[in-house]
Amino acid sequence: MTAPVSQAAPPPATEPVEAGTSLWQDAWHRLQKNRVAVASFVLLAGMTLACLVGPWLTGQAYDAQDLALGATPPGAKHWLGTDALGRDQLTRLLYGGRVSLMVGLAATAVSLTIGVLYGAISGYLGGKADALMMRLVDILYSLPFTIFVILLTVFFGRNIILLFVAIGAVEWLTMARIVRGQVASLKRMEFVEAAHALGLRKRRIILRHMIPNVLGPVIVYTTLTVPAVLLLEAFLSFLGLGVQPPMSSWGSMIKDGAEKMEEFPWLLLAPGTALATTLFCLNFLGDGLRDALDVRASKD
Amino acid sequence: MPLLEVQNLRAYFHTRNGVVRAVDGVSFSVEKGETLGIVGESGSGKSVTCYSLMGLIPKPPGRIESGIARFDGADLLAMSEAELNKIRGKRIAMIFQDPMTSLNPYLRIEEQLIEPLLIHENLPRAEAVKRAIRALEEVGVPDAARRIRSHPQEFSGGMRQRVMIAMALITQPDLLIADEPTTALDVTVQAQILDLIARLQRERGMAVIWVSHDLGVVAGFCRRVLVMYAGRVVESGRVEDIFARPLHPYNRALQRSIPALQGKGAELYTIPGLPPDVSKPLAACAFAGRCEFAQDACKTGEVALKEIEPGHASACVRVQRGDPFQF
Amino acid sequence: MFRFIAIRLLQTIPVLLIVATVTFFMVRLAPGGPFSAEKKIPAEILKHLEAYYGLNKPLLDQYTDYMSRLVRGDLGPSFKYENRTVNEVIASAFPVSLELGFWSLLVALALGIPAGVIAARHPNTATDHVPMGLAMAGICLPTFVLGPLLILVFALMAGWFNPMGWDSPRDRVLPALVLGAHFAAYVARLTRSGMLEILSQDFIRTARAKGADSARILFRHALRGGLLPTVSFLGPATAGLLTGSFVIETIFQIPGLGRYFVMAAFNRDYTLVLGTVLFYATLIILLNLLVDIVQVWLNPKLRFE
Repeated sequence: MTAPVSQAAPPPATEPVEAGTSLWQDAWHRLQKNRVAVASFVLLAGMTLACLVGPWLTGQAYDAQDLALGATPPGAKHWLGTDALGRDQLTRLLYGGRVSLMVGLAATAVSLTIGVLYGAISGYLGGKADALMMRLVDILYSLPFTIFVILLTVFFGRNIILLFVAIGAVEWLTMARIVRGQVASLKRMEFVEAAHALGLRKRRIILRHMIPNVLGPVIVYTTLTVPAVLLLEAFLSFLGLGVQPPMSSWGSMIKDGAEKMEEFPWLLLAPGTALATTLFCLNFLGDGLRDALDVRASKD
Repeated sequence: MPLLEVQNLRAYFHTRNGVVRAVDGVSFSVEKGETLGIVGESGSGKSVTCYSLMGLIPKPPGRIESGIARFDGADLLAMSEAELNKIRGKRIAMIFQDPMTSLNPYLRIEEQLIEPLLIHENLPRAEAVKRAIRALEEVGVPDAARRIRSHPQEFSGGMRQRVMIAMALITQPDLLIADEPTTALDVTVQAQILDLIARLQRERGMAVIWVSHDLGVVAGFCRRVLVMYAGRVVESGRVEDIFARPLHPYNRALQRSIPALQGKGAELYTIPGLPPDVSKPLAACAFAGRCEFAQDACKTGEVALKEIEPGHASACVRVQRGDPFQF
Repeated sequence: MFRFIAIRLLQTIPVLLIVATVTFFMVRLAPGGPFSAEKKIPAEILKHLEAYYGLNKPLLDQYTDYMSRLVRGDLGPSFKYENRTVNEVIASAFPVSLELGFWSLLVALALGIPAGVIAARHPNTATDHVPMGLAMAGICLPTFVLGPLLILVFALMAGWFNPMGWDSPRDRVLPALVLGAHFAAYVARLTRSGMLEILSQDFIRTARAKGADSARILFRHALRGGLLPTVSFLGPATAGLLTGSFVIETIFQIPGLGRYFVMAAFNRDYTLVLGTVLFYATLIILLNLLVDIVQVWLNPKLRFE
C-alpha cells in the first residue's frame, strides 16, 4: 500500500565530478567575507613584517644600554620609551617578536609533524594498533605536561632549540586525534569506496580525495596551535625559563615589565599589548578558517 | 465554524542565498473530528505549513509573511509565544517524522510524558505519572509501569513513536498534526502506528492533519486531501475525487508514478525534471516547467485555486478555462 | 560502573610508576646538583650532605631506594628545606593551592556558563557577540599580563586590594579572578557551542510543541546535554588551573605548592620536584576519572554503550 511520490531524479550526468577546487574557492570566498578574519590576517602580516625588518629601521640596537638615561616614558626618540637599562623598548619589542614568532612557528611545525604522522598512521592502521595508539594519547592527555616542559627547560639548560622541541612535543596530542579521526572516517566513506569501485588508482584517491579532506581540519587546527604555543613560550619566559637575557621575547619582557610596573607601566603595557593582539588575530583567523572550511571540532 | 481555518499563509526563509518561499499562499480548513491529508514531495512546503501553525519554524531565518490561522476563533499566527504555549501541547499536539531524534535522550520517558500535564494541567507529579502510565498502556507499550522509568534509547523506533503519540494525546487535544509519523518506520510497524492513530481518533473525535509524501497512506486514512507543490496548494478535494478524477496534471503525474496503480509490466512513470528552486521567482504555475500540457498562459498571468466541482478545487489554468487535457 | 572505576584505578598505577621513573632519571641525568649553586660549601661538608641524602650511591641503588619508599607513600626529605619532608611541604602548601583553585574554578563556572547560555539563546546578535568578544579577550589576555594589570589598577592605583599576599579573605579576590577569568572564557565558548548544538536538535522542537516555555526548554531540556562539553573540559581545566597557579602564585606571592615547585626546580631540590610531579600527576589522573564518571552520569547515552 505504500507508494512513495517520485523522489528527485538523479542529477544530470554533466555535473562536475572534480569538486575539489570549488571547495577551496568557496572557502576562500567565505573567508574574504569575514571581515574580522581578514583584518586579523592583515594585522598579523604587518606585525610579522615589522618584526622581521623593524629592528634595522629603528636605528637602535636591542642590547645597547644607556644607564645614564635609565627608564624613560614613550617619546620622540624612543617611541615606546626605554627600560631601566636605557634600552630602546620598540627595538626590543620587535626583536622579541622575532623570537616569539620563531618559537611559535617552529614549535608548531614540530607538533604538526608528530601529530599528523601519529594520527595518520593510527587512523590508517585501524584495529588494535589504532586502539592502542589512541589509548596512549588518552593517557598522555591526562598528564601534567607543562610540568615536564618546565623540568626539561630547568634541568637541560634554557636553549631555544630545546624550547621548540619541548613545546612541540606537548602540543601534538590534539592534532593527532583530529587527523586520526578524519583518516579513520574517510576510510569508511562511501565516496572513497566509490572511487575504488570506479577503478581510480590509489595515488589518485589519496591525492584527490583524502588529502583535501584532511587538509581543512589540519589547517584550522594549525592556526589555533600557533597561539597556544606562543602562550606557552611566553609562560615559560615569564617564569624565567624561556629565552635568557640579553635576548628578549615578549614573555620575558612582560616579566621584566611586571616587576617594575608601578614606576614604569609602559614596560608592561607594550609587550602585553603586542602578545594579546597577536593571540587575538591568530584566534580570530583560526575561527574564520574553521567557519570558511566548515570544519567541526571532532572529538574522536 | 471550522476548527481551524488557514488563509493565505506565507512562510519565507531569508537565507544567505536568497529568499526561500517555502509556503506561498496556502489556504485550507479543518472541521472538528475531520482528517485532512497533505501530500507532496520533499520541499513542497507541507511540513513548513504545519510548523508555521505551531509557531515552530526557526526565526530567523524563517518569517511568517502573511496569513491568518484561526483556531477556535483566535489567530495562531498573531499570538505571542506565551499565548501560543497555552495552546501547543494542550489543544493542538504534534508528532514528528523521526522518533529516534524527537525524544530527549537525556531525560527518562516519564519526565517527557508528564511534561504536558505539568505545564497545562498543573497536576501533582504522582497523579501525572499515573496518567502517563495509563497513556502508555493505551498506545500498546507493554509493561508500562516499569518501562516508563527508562530512557528513549532503550526503545525501538516503533515503540518510541508510540511514546510520542501517547505524549501528544495525553492532554486530549482537539487537533493532532502528524508530520510523516510513519516514514522512518518499518513497513509492518507503519501499519500498526496507522491503526493506532485511527483508533484513537475514532475514540476521541479529534481532528487530524496528516502530512505525508505517501499517497497510499493518505488514501486509506484521510477524508480530504491537499496536494502541495512548490509551496502552493495545486489541488484539494475529497479523497475519492482526488483519486478518481484528478484535476491537476501534477496530481495525475503523482498517481501515475505509484507502482501499485500501474499495470504489471508497464514501464514505471517518473515525472520529468526536478522540483523548482523556490528561492527563484516562479512561473505563474510552478509546475509549468515539468508539465506535458503547459501552455503560454501557464507561465504568465495569475494562478489561484478555484473550485471546479463541488468540494474539488484545482489550480490548473487549463482546467479552470474548461480546456481539459486528455488523461 | 564499579568495574569501570576499578579498571581505571588499576591503570593509574603503572602510569604513575612510569611517570616516577621518567622524572627520576630526567632529574638525575641533568647537569648540576642540589648543592652546586652554593659554591662555598666545603668539600668535607658536601660529602657529608651527599652521604646523608644517599647521593653518593650508584644511581640505580638510589632509584630502588626511592621507589621502595614511594610505594609506602614516603616522598623523602627535602634537600633545601632542612628538617622538612616532602610530604610535609606538600601538606602545608597544597591546601593554599587547592583554595586558590577552588575559587578560580568557581569564578570560571559562575562567569562562563551563564555567558555561554545567554550567547546561545540568540546567536549572532548583540547578546551573543558581547559575551563571546569578552571570552575571546579572556583567552587572549594571558594571566601573566592580566594579573599585573589588575594589581596595577585595583591594588596600586585604587588601593582596594593588597598587591600581594594570602592573609585576609580579600586577598583571594584578585588571584581567583585572574586565574578564573581565563578559564571562564573557555567555559563560555564551550557552553555556547554545546547549547547551540542541543538547541538545534529535534527534541527541542518536540518540547516547544508541548508548550514548554523558553526557561523550561533551557533548563529542563537543553542544559544537561549542552553542558557535556563543559564537563569534559573540566579535566584539562583543573590541570590548567594547577599549572596556571604557578604563575599566579608567583605574581601574587602566594605560598602555594606551585611556587614551591617552581623554586624547587630552580634549586634542584630533587625529592621535592619528584614528589610534586607525582602528586600533581596523581591528582590530575584522579580528577580526570571523576570527570569521566560525572559525564557518564549526565549522559544516559553513554550508559548503554
